[in-house]
Amino acid sequence: MSSTPPPADSYYHASHVEGFAKIGEAKPDLAEKFFAWYGAAMGPGALSRREKTLIALAVAHAIQCPYCIDAYTKNALEAGADLDQMTEALHVSAAIRGGASMVHGMQMRDHHDALSM
Amino acid sequence: MRNRFDQQLDRHALAPLTARGVTTLQVNLGKLCNQACRHCHVDAGPHQTGADVNMGEEVAELVIEALRRGGIATLDLTGGAAELNPHFRRLVQEARDAGVHVMDRCNLSVLFEAGQEDLGAFLAEHRVAVVASLPYYRKDRTDRQRGAGVFDRSIDGLLALNQLGYGNGNGERQLDLVYNPVGAYLPADQHQLEADFKRELRQQFDIVFDHLYCITNMPIARFLEWLQRSGNEAAYMKRLLDAFNPAAVPGVMCRDLISIGPDGTVYDCDFNQMLGLPITGERRHLRDLDWDAVAARPIVTRDHCLGCTAGAGSSCGGVTAG
Repeated sequence: MSSTPPPADSYYHASHVEGFAKIGEAKPDLAEKFFAWYGAAMGPGALSRREKTLIALAVAHAIQCPYCIDAYTKNALEAGADLDQMTEALHVSAAIRGGASMVHGMQMRDHHDALSM
Repeated sequence: MRNRFDQQLDRHALAPLTARGVTTLQVNLGKLCNQACRHCHVDAGPHQTGADVNMGEEVAELVIEALRRGGIATLDLTGGAAELNPHFRRLVQEARDAGVHVMDRCNLSVLFEAGQEDLGAFLAEHRVAVVASLPYYRKDRTDRQRGAGVFDRSIDGLLALNQLGYGNGNGERQLDLVYNPVGAYLPADQHQLEADFKRELRQQFDIVFDHLYCITNMPIARFLEWLQRSGNEAAYMKRLLDAFNPAAVPGVMCRDLISIGPDGTVYDCDFNQMLGLPITGERRHLRDLDWDAVAARPIVTRDHCLGCTAGAGSSCGGVTAG
């Protein structure tokens, strides 16, 4: 248990990343599977470390996770990415988010047409 | 209390860290430099002109004596801009006459300083390996660390060295680049970055070079001041500590070299030199060095040594593990 509760007017705390392993204090069997899977997914494979890190950074922005944005900004730098590459990853993320909204417009049009004379 | 580096050595049964010989003399010719870089661990700059911070003739002669006594395979010349020291060329010539490999840690822009117009040709003639610092293959990141205009001059320097036959892979005129991160993070994988640098420099400027060395920024001097000012010190030290790699320890450079200061004092490395931490023992000057003792000396360590053992390790020759 944390001895110092975070202030009630703030939802995010950088220290939560540091203490993330504590999530396994309850249901450790599930946490163990999660961390093993996470490590395997991010570990060596067909994609380079830099590619995986840039994907992670892009997803971090799509899901707007401040923990992940901080962590994967540093990781991307340590994987040899530069700000141009990181920004391109951000645009890809934003483009897919924007595109997903736009393509739902087809559903809007279909429904519009169904309701219209 | 033992420093955090020694505590890690203890944890991995690697203490004490000792030398295994002296095959490289790393000689710091002084703080005079034509650049003033943010990360510089020796606080070099154009204003550092004093005799107290630059090597004079007496110490240069002691270096030459050390080279002549045999056993030294490599003379590694650094500064400041070592080439601006009036004894630089004599040291190179004497070392080559003694059959010693010479490395010049060159900032590239010095090739275009007034009075240094023939420097490239001199280096090429004496088969001096050039180790050139280039923080990145893009202008904005390089100039942010090194100062405005440095990137363009560095590119001109590399092109000039290529014209002299440097970097073509035949080993006669070795041209290696040094990368260090522009900030509070560890360097990327050396092999991948080398491929990036080779591809980009070839595509953008038709430049070739032999190897890229990745060096971790040491948390001392000007870089430490920046870490403190920017609020990054604690996180960076923790990053180095967390990334401690026991496999990087056997290859740390201090085990095979001694670092000579401009006044002839002997150190375990250039970083300890900057911190004023000479080798252990009573005989700490080049004029009365006990070479046998020095070859097996215990290394003076502090927290900053974590910079040489983080991740893939770091030395003046790049990674030390893997």
